[in-house]
Amino acid sequence: MIPYLPTTESDRQAMLGAIGVKSVDDLFADIPKEFRDPALNLPAPLSELELKRELQRKAAKNANGDEWAYFLGAGSYRHFIPSVVWNLVKRSEFLTAYTPYQPEISQGVLQASYEFQSLCCQLLNMEVANLGMYDGATAFAEAALMACRLTKRSAVRALSTVSPRYIEVLRTYAVPQGISVEIVEAETARGGPEVACLMVQSPNFHGQIEEMERLAKATHGEGSLFVVSTDPIAMGLLRPPGDYGADIAVAEGQSLGVPMSFGGPYVGIFTCKSAHLRQMPGRIVGKTVDGKGTTGYVLTLQTREQHIRRERATSNICTSETLIAIANAVYMAALGKWGMRRVAELCYHKAHYAASQIAQIPGYAVASGGVFFKEFVVRCPVSPSEINKSLRARKIVGGLDISSGRAPNSMLVCVTEVNTKGEIDSLVEGLREAAHGR
Amino acid sequence: MEDKRRLLMDRSQPGRRGTTLPLCDVPESALPNARHLRDNLPMPEVSEPEIVRYFTHLSQLNYGVDTGFYPLGSCTMKYNPKLHEDAASLPGFANIHPLLEGDLSQGALQLMHELQQALAEIAGLHRCSLPPVAGAHGEYAGMHVIRAAQIARGQGHRKTVIIPDSAHGTNPATAAMCGFQVASVPADGDGNMDLGKLREALAGGDVVALMITLPSTLGLFDRNIVEICRIVHAAGGYVYGDGANLNALLGRVKMGQLGFDVVHMNLHKTFTTPHGGGGPGSGAISVSRELASFCATPVVTFRNGRYQLETPDKSFGRISTFHGNFGNLVRAYCYVRMLGAAGLREVSGNAVLHANYIQAKLKKTFGLAYQRHCMHEVVFSPTHFKKHGVRSLDVAKRLIDYGYHPPTMYFPLVVEEALMVEPTETETKETLDSFIEAMEKIADEVRTSPQVLHDAPHNSPVGRLDEARAARQPDLRWRKAV
Repeated sequence: MIPYLPTTESDRQAMLGAIGVKSVDDLFADIPKEFRDPALNLPAPLSELELKRELQRKAAKNANGDEWAYFLGAGSYRHFIPSVVWNLVKRSEFLTAYTPYQPEISQGVLQASYEFQSLCCQLLNMEVANLGMYDGATAFAEAALMACRLTKRSAVRALSTVSPRYIEVLRTYAVPQGISVEIVEAETARGGPEVACLMVQSPNFHGQIEEMERLAKATHGEGSLFVVSTDPIAMGLLRPPGDYGADIAVAEGQSLGVPMSFGGPYVGIFTCKSAHLRQMPGRIVGKTVDGKGTTGYVLTLQTREQHIRRERATSNICTSETLIAIANAVYMAALGKWGMRRVAELCYHKAHYAASQIAQIPGYAVASGGVFFKEFVVRCPVSPSEINKSLRARKIVGGLDISSGRAPNSMLVCVTEVNTKGEIDSLVEGLREAAHGR
Repeated sequence: MEDKRRLLMDRSQPGRRGTTLPLCDVPESALPNARHLRDNLPMPEVSEPEIVRYFTHLSQLNYGVDTGFYPLGSCTMKYNPKLHEDAASLPGFANIHPLLEGDLSQGALQLMHELQQALAEIAGLHRCSLPPVAGAHGEYAGMHVIRAAQIARGQGHRKTVIIPDSAHGTNPATAAMCGFQVASVPADGDGNMDLGKLREALAGGDVVALMITLPSTLGLFDRNIVEICRIVHAAGGYVYGDGANLNALLGRVKMGQLGFDVVHMNLHKTFTTPHGGGGPGSGAISVSRELASFCATPVVTFRNGRYQLETPDKSFGRISTFHGNFGNLVRAYCYVRMLGAAGLREVSGNAVLHANYIQAKLKKTFGLAYQRHCMHEVVFSPTHFKKHGVRSLDVAKRLIDYGYHPPTMYFPLVVEEALMVEPTETETKETLDSFIEAMEKIADEVRTSPQVLHDAPHNSPVGRLDEARAARQPDLRWRKAV
């Protein structure tokens, strides 16, 4: 008997009797007979013990960040996660609850969500936040759709330095709605009378900090909105989007206490100016009172959403990524004012140390120009993929190969607070060896 | 008395810390120019024990499947096995980067490949695509596939998507996001789709697809489903299957064999990845052979003894940053491997049995929208309570006093005073009987003491909240008290 299926044969007979049918199969009589009970070709079932072994076998074939030194980022990052985060988030009452449609018995999720919204606003210096989108790229794409609704325009511009994956997802979301996506260079980027928004990532895909003040002015001067995607870890150090008047600011929440998990689940942080609130997609939690005046929290502004507005909703999104948002909230609480700053500084110093060491290896160069945060581009003497293969002997996962025709042999290197000096020095040695074609 | 619900920013005391971090072991570099630096960082300063007590207290104000019976219709609130949490937390799954080279992630890719095959087999379709990260995201991916296929066959001018009026709101919202307009079709007197109305909607030659949930959101298996698929295909449309209710069909029927072209599967419902208070979900889709090459990037393939990520030939593009909610894929994989074919068939059998048992026991008292066997959920329509001034909302709130999570209320929209109960297969008969007893008691109270229902719930952390005020005067974040 499967441990999740408690119905015994005698239970079954009693229930069938109450229903007035002879067998469970009779309850499926509406299915056309010729299609009923098809053969199902699946592997034989395993016991919990056997399954655990199978899982461990599979897990052991992957280079995990506990055992390997990572210098790979590009949208997902190996950051330190305090034990307090998942010990709290995995509490059954959070983990196994549904969307808080019944606020009287969902105050835990609702208040934790309000904390998430609050701390996102504090960190990004934005006025309002929702309860999260699926991930950074979908938050970015939804921001473009929102900007088009707000301005009643159907063209968006994005800097060429935005993550290529974010641009791909943006195109997926934009094209069916007849929204054009133009890629522009930072030096000449501006808004325009037909342009809904200029979309900027900073630190950008190459790790560099864009000139946000100037870009914001050049966008707003044309009546376009300024949409920013940022790294929440960088916010411990760098000016937040609210400081330079971003209309919508989004971020990948994975860095805030969420394991890389081969790409998900993550959460897309989504914030905007209060004036734009009614066009915001996604779930939003608000504070209110009950009949006795006791403070409580509810899902609010739901008339924007699909279950009420159907095809006229601001988005089809239904789930937020609540549990991951709560993990973000606990992480931001644990790191706090001191820790958020400290992590950002550690990333910055270690990345700059790594860059300075790599720049000294004959044949390697660190792409110059501008200021970077925790990622930077290295021009290599040979193919980064080849280099990465040779780094495996040192149990190092090297940077991302971003070579292109315009920039051959380019590696995007990421360094976080998790990387020790020893790991960085080993990377430098490994790069030196790889250059000699060993 | 201490206010245990005080917000983090209100608890903040200068100098308190909630974690430790290593000293900097490399020479420090000059920080960027001041114009790039923030001047203040208004984040909370709280100690670790305060954080633990605070969030533990919050969790205690919440109700989950592990707390008790959660018969929330259309949400499939079944038990979430603990093994799955351990599995997803293995460092070899949790602490691996999505852009690892294939050689360094063969185990993860193999798991995804095996899950793709299992889900496609269960759906009776050709290929499964794992990137969608939620049910609505699966719908979105599926409609993108259909859109791309229609364009490829020179039918890009088609703009109409037909959707039953009982459908979940995500269906029309998804169609709109894909640039389509919606034509709504009602059910007939038995709860099946009105075939006459469907034919009318198809007549213009403008139909891209039909989006239909099976079993329907009314908890019923549409007896005409094969005919429905046939006439949609004959009119040049595709059939999109919303698999939100797949729990009723596991191993009983393959949707692909009925004629569906695309089906999404809510791994957070049918395959029991925990709902997390509203996500993360996972919305894999399975598609027919004809549509396989239009799927989102990436899919996992197996060639020359090696697993790899590939972009299908005519892929519509990318829909999320990486490859989907892998953590939930691990959980769903565990579920399929532990249950096997016979186990999955027992799941659907017991889910449908339990729902019909509740229906049989309560139909006289609560009234049904449709007089027939239901599938995995039953929709009551207690309109007769209105003469006592009692609405379904009151019944739902009173159930909280009896220790249960309420059923889904007022959905589907087309059923008056709907109360939708989905017991799932993981509950014991004793739990179902206790719930039935509580429902009968509440029905008595409707007649004898309706005010008790109006005032419910009586023992929850808060009473009924002023939702109108929340929307009129939005307070969506902490602000410093003035």
